[in-house]
Amino acid sequence: MRGAPVSRALAGAAPWLAALLALAILPRLLPDWLGFLLTVAFAKAMVVLGVAVLLRSNLVSFGHGLYFAAGAYTVGFAGKWLHLRDAVLLILGAVVVSGALAAVLGLFLAFSMILYSLLLRLYSLTGGTDGMVTAPPTILGFAPGAAAGRAHYYLTLGCLALALALTRRWLSSPLGYLASAIRDNEIRVEYMGASVRQGIYRTYLLSGVLGGLGGCLVAFSVGHIAPEFSYWTQSGDFVFVTVLGGYASVFAPVMGSVVFELVRNYAYALSPYTWQMSLGGILLLIVLFLPRGLWSLLAPRAPVSNPWTSSSKR
Amino acid sequence: MDVVLEAVGLAKTFGAVKAADDLSVRISRGQVVGIVGPNGSGKTTFLNLVTGYLSPARGQIHYLGKEITGLHPRQVTRLGVARSFQVPQLYTSLTVLENMLVALAIRAGRQGDGWRALRTRARLAEARPLLEKFGFGDESGQVVRTLPEGGRKLLDVALSFALGPRLLLLDEPTSGVSAADKFRVMDTLIGVIRESGVTSVFVEHDMDVVQRYAERVLVFSEGRIIADDPPGALFADPVVRRHILGEE
Repeated sequence: MRGAPVSRALAGAAPWLAALLALAILPRLLPDWLGFLLTVAFAKAMVVLGVAVLLRSNLVSFGHGLYFAAGAYTVGFAGKWLHLRDAVLLILGAVVVSGALAAVLGLFLAFSMILYSLLLRLYSLTGGTDGMVTAPPTILGFAPGAAAGRAHYYLTLGCLALALALTRRWLSSPLGYLASAIRDNEIRVEYMGASVRQGIYRTYLLSGVLGGLGGCLVAFSVGHIAPEFSYWTQSGDFVFVTVLGGYASVFAPVMGSVVFELVRNYAYALSPYTWQMSLGGILLLIVLFLPRGLWSLLAPRAPVSNPWTSSSKR
Repeated sequence: MDVVLEAVGLAKTFGAVKAADDLSVRISRGQVVGIVGPNGSGKTTFLNLVTGYLSPARGQIHYLGKEITGLHPRQVTRLGVARSFQVPQLYTSLTVLENMLVALAIRAGRQGDGWRALRTRARLAEARPLLEKFGFGDESGQVVRTLPEGGRKLLDVALSFALGPRLLLLDEPTSGVSAADKFRVMDTLIGVIRESGVTSVFVEHDMDVVQRYAERVLVFSEGRIIADDPPGALFADPVVRRHILGEE
């Protein structure tokens, strides 16, 4: 009898495993520049996922650059001062630092701009506007060397898969549902004996950690970090991508992030001085015609109660 | 008899309006008490004072012998006082079943129990019969915003009941419910309440409902309790009839 739930679970996971396999094969078929673009898009998708998690609780963050930069600069400072180069340790460090920042600061635009000012002015520590060059990381002692681009792609893809799985798990847990409950009715949450404040705080933590993880992985693949990571326009980009992709599924931020990077790349190539206008036009069209984001093209039906976990049994 | 709730000399004013004026009352274990009175007489204020939404200017509130005056609603709920609302307070984008599962998860761990799935087999086994008690069978997969008002009222009480309270406070459980549905709703609610033995207090405007379901009725007027009797005796009193029913 136990075989039935296991086979159901395997059948449910099959499409995602197939997608993961396809993405694993993809770098062999694509030119290097496109592989790099996908790596950056996947890394930023984690930050966007964090913004989307907050949006599910009706919280909009225009300060997520703070966590993105914290993750990236953790890589920079750990390399510069501690001579740490191992990707796993750096990822753990970025998660801890961004989580600690989220625990203390919350999600205020002001803090991200304070960090921006500090990164800009503390030249001897941060390199100021020049930013910092980060050394290519080793992965559990293995130095990928010439295959670094592909190694970063797989590392980022692995982290993204883990982040998606954990976020999906979180959203199907009481804590995730509590975030939806808080969005719907804070009064009822308090009159059930739960704390709205704590519920929001935990969502902040998850969101901040995802932001830091994304920043860390961008630092790996780009090899250079700059104060602009924490600038408000970067935070705005993350909100833009969340709206672009939608948040009806944990996969929507990934779709939004990939489309955003592609559009930006081509818009910049075609029109270097007005590419932001192209992006603005696209966002306007999305808001007018696809208010639930690009993901609604793949899942056009009306959302069920908890679409992020809709494959679970009723 | 054990006293579940005791209010002593409660006072609360809103500008010139006395919503509670030296209000004292004792409610014993297992009683089903109705509260009636004209608009502005302090009925809902009494519930708000007991549940901690408002703090009294004077007076104390004791629940099972412990003073709860001025505690936060969350703390009062955790002690075992649950309430429903005149306008049902629900998670409208979730299904009926998910609303119930959230309530059970919060009861189990107050903030839920971490990263384990909400839909555990044990929690589903508890939620479904509980919903059936309140008349939700096939509708349990329905998104709450699509429920009719009667269904919302029942679910609002069901969620409070799921918290396992010792004292259940219901604010106008039939307001907004059609005349055809009100007795069905109350039959269901009071049936579950009597079966469980939970002490309950309900505020109600509909005198038919009060006469039929309350075993004790408190009549509020200008923040005071002007009568406290079983419904039979109370509605025979011409003073009360004039006050509540507006009879000359």
